[in-house]
Amino acid sequence: MPEYVTLRIKRQDGPDTAAYWQTFHVDYQPQMNVTTCLQLIALKPVTADGQKTTPVAYDAACLEEVCGSCTMNINGKVRQACSTLVDNLLKEDPNVITLEPMYKYPVKRDLAVDRSRMFNDLKRLKAWVPVDGYYDLGPGPKMSPKQQQQLYPYSRCMTCGCCTEACPQYTRENQFVGAFAISLTVLFNSHPTGAVLKEERLGELMKPGGISECGQAQNCLRVCPKGVPNVTGIAQGYRQVTVQWFKGLFSR
Amino acid sequence: MAKQRVVVVGGGLAGLSAAMKMAELGIPVDLVSLVPARRSHSVCAQGGINSVNQVTRQLGDSEWKHFDDTVYGGDFLNEQPPAKEMCYWAPRIIDLLDRCGVMFNRLAEGDRDVRRFGGTLYPRTAFAGATTGQQMLYGLDEQVRRWEVEGLVTKHEFHDFLGPILDDKGVCRGAVVQDLFSMKIRALPADAVMIASGGPGVIFGKSTNSTICTGSASARCYRAGAKYANGEFIQVHPTAIPGTDKHRLMSESARGEGGRVWVPRKKGDRRPPEQIPEDERWYFLEEKYPTYGNLVPRDIATREIFWVCREGYSVSDVNFAAYLDLTHLPHNRIEKLEGILEIYEKFVGVDPRKVPMQVFPAVHYSMGGLWVDYEKNGQTGGLVIGSPRNGMTNIPGLYAIGECDYQYHGANRLGANSLLSCIFAGLVAGEGVPTWLQSLPHGAAASQPSSLFDNEVRKHQEQYEQLLKMDGPENPFQLHLELGTAMTKYCTVVRHNDELQRLLGELDEFQARYKRVGLPDKGHWTNQTLRFVRELADMLVLAKVIAQGALQRDECRGAHYKPEFAIPSPTADDPTELHRQAIEYCRAFATQTEKWLKTTIAEYTPDGPRISYAPVDTSLIPPRPRTYGLKGAGIIDRVWREMQAQQAAVPAGAPANGGK
Repeated sequence: MPEYVTLRIKRQDGPDTAAYWQTFHVDYQPQMNVTTCLQLIALKPVTADGQKTTPVAYDAACLEEVCGSCTMNINGKVRQACSTLVDNLLKEDPNVITLEPMYKYPVKRDLAVDRSRMFNDLKRLKAWVPVDGYYDLGPGPKMSPKQQQQLYPYSRCMTCGCCTEACPQYTRENQFVGAFAISLTVLFNSHPTGAVLKEERLGELMKPGGISECGQAQNCLRVCPKGVPNVTGIAQGYRQVTVQWFKGLFSR
Repeated sequence: MAKQRVVVVGGGLAGLSAAMKMAELGIPVDLVSLVPARRSHSVCAQGGINSVNQVTRQLGDSEWKHFDDTVYGGDFLNEQPPAKEMCYWAPRIIDLLDRCGVMFNRLAEGDRDVRRFGGTLYPRTAFAGATTGQQMLYGLDEQVRRWEVEGLVTKHEFHDFLGPILDDKGVCRGAVVQDLFSMKIRALPADAVMIASGGPGVIFGKSTNSTICTGSASARCYRAGAKYANGEFIQVHPTAIPGTDKHRLMSESARGEGGRVWVPRKKGDRRPPEQIPEDERWYFLEEKYPTYGNLVPRDIATREIFWVCREGYSVSDVNFAAYLDLTHLPHNRIEKLEGILEIYEKFVGVDPRKVPMQVFPAVHYSMGGLWVDYEKNGQTGGLVIGSPRNGMTNIPGLYAIGECDYQYHGANRLGANSLLSCIFAGLVAGEGVPTWLQSLPHGAAASQPSSLFDNEVRKHQEQYEQLLKMDGPENPFQLHLELGTAMTKYCTVVRHNDELQRLLGELDEFQARYKRVGLPDKGHWTNQTLRFVRELADMLVLAKVIAQGALQRDECRGAHYKPEFAIPSPTADDPTELHRQAIEYCRAFATQTEKWLKTTIAEYTPDGPRISYAPVDTSLIPPRPRTYGLKGAGIIDRVWREMQAQQAAVPAGAPANGGK
């Protein structure tokens, strides 16, 4: 068991300022995660060479890998700070833990980035069930256990952005909606009431930034912390778009 | 006249349900949240949501029984009219969620599956795997996103609520907020402001709560003159996974699906749990509470686990822990718990399908919160729907809904009732807003002089600049660590007056040290440390409300347990003596009810809370001793019924024991 853990953190004071690196030592504790390291730095914001600095900025909320806040690049791999245990990182590299912000989104400060693009894309794709109102209108549609078991994994997507960070096609310059948005489109298209908006959603997926931007690298499946079946989702999305395209062809 | 608007503070289940309801009614809403709504703390709820359903109904269940379980579970401190209305709305609320696309687990014919939860004998709880809160939050977030596109909801995410704006008559006219990127402060004029900001668990340092659950929005309203009720009632969840940064929840659904709590019968037995034979295991909950077993209400389960660990039965040398065992469960039951088992495996590195989990109680939920009003329906005993009083604090136009209110759960909340109360409070308050807007005293917010808003912004701007100047030697995170340690040590599972006195002294010292805090970050952009330092001041204020309320309440009620004031249970072997002891118990219980069945009200003064008490509406279900079938306590229930029957001379036609 090491006495302390060394972290190398990429920092940036604001969106338009230059990034720089700082190194920290924090006391090792059994079962500690990356969040604990960042909390320990806040308790004593001093770099490894004794320089006083500010606590590191990063987004966090639930700390149990269900809110999707604390996504960052840890040792070059995108994941959640809360569910990444230091013991496992030390197996990857016993000397240093490297923290960097996500690169697909503008940096707000240090490890905190602006992921509002993800939520805007959910608006664009009408990712909701268009119910007729919130009065008592009776029970919802029945659903077989099999269908629920197929759809539930999609609904666990916590919009953390890991799939977009790992995707070679998703860039700051283009409009690609990314794997999570396509998977959620499939989820809502498959819901008995949600399907009412299927054509509109698929229409959006056929536009620039839609499903055709996918390069099938399948990184989205590998990095998803919640096991969302993104590749199956994208395949289904393709199928739905193709059927829609043919329908459009013959109804002209 | 400009269109009237409403500000909602908080994007969890309560805030979202209020926002979507008001949008449906055509009222524009500004939704203010520290984090994107989808990341709110409701996302952490795991087990499910309660309502009577078609299965339990055929087993003899009813809305009334759900109400009775809720009130009995809450040790009769619940406000009964809103609690009753909530239970009667429950089936409709679950239908609504189902229509919104929440992925509830299903049975073969396509109906919702249900499980049993604590404090009831009926399987009332609908669930979506073990991530029910997440699924429900998404369902409502998606509805609100739809209203964003329609232009009726404007989201202000990554914004901090700094305080309500009150006019010279004390009416709430809007809110001051700060953009947490640009740190710009501005006013949002509004004709009603709804606080839906959740609980204050972070005051206790490590808890099951999210880092955003500091109670600061409630505290800021409290400082502005809103009353805070029943602050001392803090739920400590029986089963959490101790961690270095927080304690992670292990849902009650684990026990609902058949999980069993045990420790080795021999103290200090360090054999691996799977090698300890069945007859050498002590299933202490099942043994003491044969009727409810592992599903006694949370306050009882917490005290029992706490007690066995203190007595030396802890299964770990590092920290206190008991086993929560799922290893005997069949595959189809385990499958329904995947979400939480995954969490345990990821954070502890042990497979809970093969090895019993190690758990210990942790601070989880606040039954208390901002005091709110309601309008009682004299005929049904429930609420007058559409009344603007439902959910309004003592500040006209300022509402509180969800965990930050106080009405529904009394002295102890039942598992799977919080998702319900959040959504119910949001919907019912939302329905009352149109009437409030029509009857607004002294005109709309938009017609108020702009100086009202400018002055408030200036005041908060000055406070912000003061914070930036804080230059002392104290580290705010260190101070918070000590606050959490003291609160957890003296003010959670077991409370003693001398310790609470000491705690209040320590809180005074913390407040003095707060003045010497140095802000380690002077940045004018995304300054998260500044936000935390501001919240720390609020946590210290609320900590005093919690501790002072606990000190003054000399009794045991639900989650508030002071052994010094516990009524001794009958223990005699001789039947005559046992009967006499039971009578004594019931008399003591009646005296305690007379003296303490009342709501604690805290009002802010700069020197600490001023405490007073208000009556609780117990008109529908009269109080009775809360035994949960504790072995040997049946005599109490019998004697209490006899005494009630003798005393009351029940009027003809009235239901025998509080109705069915």
